[in-house]
Amino acid sequence: MRRIGSKRLAAVACVGVLALATACGTSSGDGGGGGEKAGEEQGGFTAPDVPMAEEVGDPEGQVNVLAWPGYAEDGSTDKSIDWVTPFEKESGCQANVKYFGTSDEAVQLMKTGEYDVVSASGDATLRMIAAGDVAPVNTDLLTNYADIADFLKDQAFNSVGGQMYGVPHGWGANLLMYNTEAVSPAPTSWGSVFDDASAYAGKVTAYDSPIYIADAALYLMNSQPDLGIKDPYALDEDQLAAAVDLLKEQRANVSEYWSDYLKEVQAFKTGDSVIGTTWQVIASVAQGEGAPVEAVLPEEGATGWSDTWMISAKAPNPNCGYLWMDYITSPKAQAAVAEYFGEAPANTKACDLTSDKSFCDTYHATDADFAAQIHYWTTPIEQCLDGRTDVTCTNYGDWTTAWTEVKG
Amino acid sequence: MSLIDRRPGLRVGLLLTPPMLWLGVAYLGALAALLIASLWTQNDFTGTIERSWTLENFKTLFTVEVYRTITLRTIGIAALVTVVDAVLAFPIALYMAKVASPRMQRILVISVLTPLWASYLVKAYAWRGMLSADGPIAWVAAPFGLHTPGYGLPAVTITLAYLWLPYMILPVYAGLERLPDSLFEASADLGAGAWTTLRRVVVPMAFPAIVAGSIFTFSLSMGDYIAVKIVGGTSQLLGNVVYDNQGAANNLPFAAAVATVPIVVMLAYLAAVRRTGALENL
Repeated sequence: MRRIGSKRLAAVACVGVLALATACGTSSGDGGGGGEKAGEEQGGFTAPDVPMAEEVGDPEGQVNVLAWPGYAEDGSTDKSIDWVTPFEKESGCQANVKYFGTSDEAVQLMKTGEYDVVSASGDATLRMIAAGDVAPVNTDLLTNYADIADFLKDQAFNSVGGQMYGVPHGWGANLLMYNTEAVSPAPTSWGSVFDDASAYAGKVTAYDSPIYIADAALYLMNSQPDLGIKDPYALDEDQLAAAVDLLKEQRANVSEYWSDYLKEVQAFKTGDSVIGTTWQVIASVAQGEGAPVEAVLPEEGATGWSDTWMISAKAPNPNCGYLWMDYITSPKAQAAVAEYFGEAPANTKACDLTSDKSFCDTYHATDADFAAQIHYWTTPIEQCLDGRTDVTCTNYGDWTTAWTEVKG
Repeated sequence: MSLIDRRPGLRVGLLLTPPMLWLGVAYLGALAALLIASLWTQNDFTGTIERSWTLENFKTLFTVEVYRTITLRTIGIAALVTVVDAVLAFPIALYMAKVASPRMQRILVISVLTPLWASYLVKAYAWRGMLSADGPIAWVAAPFGLHTPGYGLPAVTITLAYLWLPYMILPVYAGLERLPDSLFEASADLGAGAWTTLRRVVVPMAFPAIVAGSIFTFSLSMGDYIAVKIVGGTSQLLGNVVYDNQGAANNLPFAAAVATVPIVVMLAYLAAVRRTGALENL
């Protein structure tokens, strides 16, 4: 009797396991979302056919915002820093904000379909478009779109075949932050964290993401011209290997890698890190908390970001999503975000509203030539982005593996 | 008489079904789903999972050198944490079980258990503060010309050994408490000193308990990634590779393949433990 009972139980358990396994096997199968109709093709991938909004209906009452830290401040960090509350009053949409630390994290979170809008950098945009996670944006529905700087529209990282997949938000450069008490004289080159990093052994920090390989590649462009690197995001196998070697040498002097911006602020405050890559907003927060730090743009130039607000293909609150995209690119919100985060606003009308009147000049907000000199985060793909056709470039998967190897 | 009273088989069945379902579906089912996922692959660019059967993930795992290094490093850290915990826990447990007064015994048991009430994260961040360049350890060590070990593998070992110590003390304490006092007297009557008694009577009899504790400390260390993120500096363990592939790169299939490594290591460890006979003595 007992034996039979336990056999039955085992059978029930097996059925359960099978049900679970098959459930796994069929859920979210066609993430691509593309129907029989082939979408637009660009840069070696096909954009799935995702419908675009035709009109903005009644607000749903809330919007789930996925943003870079500092892009959606509601006064909880600093009482005077608040542009989310005015949006909530104006639109009737309660904004639920989640910050993310790396583009990889953003891509992964957008796959959940829980978020309406995302501030995506150029190394995430194409991946989201190709995966069918974001929808094309109907720019006619956005009142502020006309005021966005022209050199940010219809770029390779935010549009496919002339169709915008988002609205440009702002752009800037990754900076070199240093502790003014421990680092003297002030650094002028990325060499301080690469070839000369041993001067600060055990106190160097770097960004914990495969995209940081581009920072090494940018440095190699200048220090080893023989490698022939033209674009830090278009690396063939030899060039990637050289960048990886450089990063492995750097690792001996690194105290820790950061992807959580508060972790970097803390490490600079305690002196565990004294030099390394940063964003302007991190330097501002650290200075605000009394850390003796400065951030500079080294002579080699820098990698940087050009961010785009995109809307999810599965947005639960698409109307509030559009209202948010329109609000965050309005001159007033743009001025507030740009000054707080330390980047050039995409909406050039914001330049009249910044509290520091020379702000837009400092950040070259209207200077298309300057903007062209920053190497914006872009997803590396097999078709070399620098136009070479005689070699195959390494793709983001190769970079991810390489980054694991760098960390050892 | 109701049906349940007349059929004892039905009674046992009803009693056992919920826990068996939990074990079978939620626990073993999740493991099965993990193993199945490890045989899929992922589109590098879009991060979309492609459901075609392949051993590619395991091929990468075995052929790329960095994963071997990380596996060996993880096993090394887990073994080191276990040894440190065993060495620290044995005298404490022996004092608690055989020397302390009943009142003191209770106080000690409570103080061993108290840290378990505090959040894991708080304890890990406390060690981040302790080991920082301007933290208490650096301050105490400075007069002797020493430095804090900083963030890295030593910091990970210290933090994990601290976190898992109660899991080693409690089984060893329970094992020693069951040891009859008459054995100590018999040993003394036969002319053995304290050291000989400890070496030839107490340690062999406490060994199964130490092994039981080591299963906890070893397996918990094998899977940890948070402490490494907080105090590990640049180093990474198997848990971080899983986290980075699932949490950041969204490569669930490869993360699943990596996650099978600790499972295999733990099965091997349990098999080895079984051969010593320690499991029968528990």
